[in-house]
Amino acid sequence: MPERITTADVSKVATLARLTLTDDELATATVELGAMLDHFADIDALDLDGVEPMNNPTHLVNVMRDDVVGEVLDRDEVLAAAPLAEDDRFRVPPIIGLDD
Amino acid sequence: MPDTTTHSELPQHATLIAEGVRRGTLSAVDVLDDHLARIDAREGEIHAFNLVLADLARERAAEIDSIVAQGGDPGILAGVPVALKDNMCTRGIPTTCSSKILGDWKPPYDATAVIRLREAGAVVVGKTNLDEFAMGSSTENSAFGPTRNPHDTTRVPGGSSGGSAAAVAAGFASISLGSDTGGSIRQPAALCGTVGVKPTYGAVSRLGLVAFGSSLDQIGPFAHSVDDAALTLEAISGHDPGDSTSIERPPLDLRSKLQMGAAGLRVGRITDLPTGASPDVQARLDEAFEALAAAGAEIVDVEVPAFGYGLTAYYLIAPAEASSNLARFDGVRFGSRTSAPDTNQMYMATRTDGFGAEVKRRIMLGTYALSAGYQEAYYGRAQKVRRLIADDFAAAYAQADVLLTPASPTVAFEIGDKSSDPLAMYLCDTYTIPSNLSGDPAMSVPFGTGDGGLPVGVQVLAPALQDHTMFRAAAELERYMSLSVSDTHGDAEPKGAN
Repeated sequence: MPERITTADVSKVATLARLTLTDDELATATVELGAMLDHFADIDALDLDGVEPMNNPTHLVNVMRDDVVGEVLDRDEVLAAAPLAEDDRFRVPPIIGLDD
Repeated sequence: MPDTTTHSELPQHATLIAEGVRRGTLSAVDVLDDHLARIDAREGEIHAFNLVLADLARERAAEIDSIVAQGGDPGILAGVPVALKDNMCTRGIPTTCSSKILGDWKPPYDATAVIRLREAGAVVVGKTNLDEFAMGSSTENSAFGPTRNPHDTTRVPGGSSGGSAAAVAAGFASISLGSDTGGSIRQPAALCGTVGVKPTYGAVSRLGLVAFGSSLDQIGPFAHSVDDAALTLEAISGHDPGDSTSIERPPLDLRSKLQMGAAGLRVGRITDLPTGASPDVQARLDEAFEALAAAGAEIVDVEVPAFGYGLTAYYLIAPAEASSNLARFDGVRFGSRTSAPDTNQMYMATRTDGFGAEVKRRIMLGTYALSAGYQEAYYGRAQKVRRLIADDFAAAYAQADVLLTPASPTVAFEIGDKSSDPLAMYLCDTYTIPSNLSGDPAMSVPFGTGDGGLPVGVQVLAPALQDHTMFRAAAELERYMSLSVSDTHGDAEPKGAN
């Protein structure tokens, strides 16, 4: 039986998820995720044609409210809880330009 | 009602505390001090809490007493000490999710359930330990170390709300709140011998509950009794415009139904339930059916063919939702940051340092299930299986008012037993997961003991918005057990003569 998931797959997934794995972690994760996907193969045999996917238990669709100003979070309190803030904004390292 | 008072003259049941405090015959400060004394005595070995708020709680308890002294009514939970799972936002008070990534983050607002507890007069004693971001079934996956089961400190309390379960079982709090995404209230309740309830999805606001699987998460109570749990849920349920999945209904009406008994109730036995429950747990489940039958219930056989596929559907859907929800922890807005030369590297470094192994595992599983080329094969099919499960439950509920299953396949297991085998840990949730997928209410009721004298919980399941019928059956099971002289109620300490 072919591997359900390869180290290359897991490496790609880690990058998508913004996680860095060591070589050991990558090997372990590949084995663990492979074992899980093997277990999850129990639904492969089910005939699901025509079954409506269910994304939540309620029958609510879009819940709208009137566009009126309500209570909002205190900006200083929100920024105080951030790792770094400056001039009423979240401060982050450079986003572009480092490759030049 | 079983009396679990063991150490003192003061009651531990929320219903009795609130009644006494509201009448002025009991001091909220005395009740609090009684609970804090038990925390002082045993918290070192149990580790139920990430944070004990003794000073804040004393101020609040004194305030409650003074409201009563001035002729006021502090509310239906007046003076009741409550512990909060540390994934519920508390304004100005650290909220960690038992993760390094949140650092010393102090939320700028309170969760709706927390506000409602306070408005009902409850006294918050602390924030409880959990599996990081509520991912786990043993409370071993905490950045702050494991919580231990008050009945046997070599064993796990269950999870992910293990701290909240242990806090009630050890008498550190009268009631506590947990969150249940796949069994995270009911399984620890079973393992710690407390009542634990996952109400109907949408009955309790999720605003301020740090999201794990948004279509599955529900807040619910742990309590010493079915009545205490009902009282707590009446206080915290009801519509909240701040949560778009909140059901537009008034608070649940539960306590008025508790004395109705089981006569005429149709109780379903699932004939195709997945195997895996240990013999001691199965024996208690059989006894629960007999107890309800003796009380006049009709036992009916039902089938829920897709029940056994719940585990697969859940462990694709919940990680998928988690991978999306946990994308917000990127070192920009909350808690900790690991410095790096550019923002993308900062995201990677912060998340790599901040998340524990199980959280990373689930984020990767979820990211994979949602990634291009696999989305339809995994997430898409899991959503269809979810529909099958909901439909099968609906068919079963046409024949039965409630269903009974084990809450956990076994009694509490040893710390370390399953921590190196993720899949073995996931199997702990076999009986609890399907109700999260369908959105229906389910609860664990302490029902005697199993191997090693450890608590066993029986799970009562009901259709959406029939929480009161579930409570009716649960109350009857509790009544049966309180009359059964050969059993303990799962109290974490030897009982005095009652």
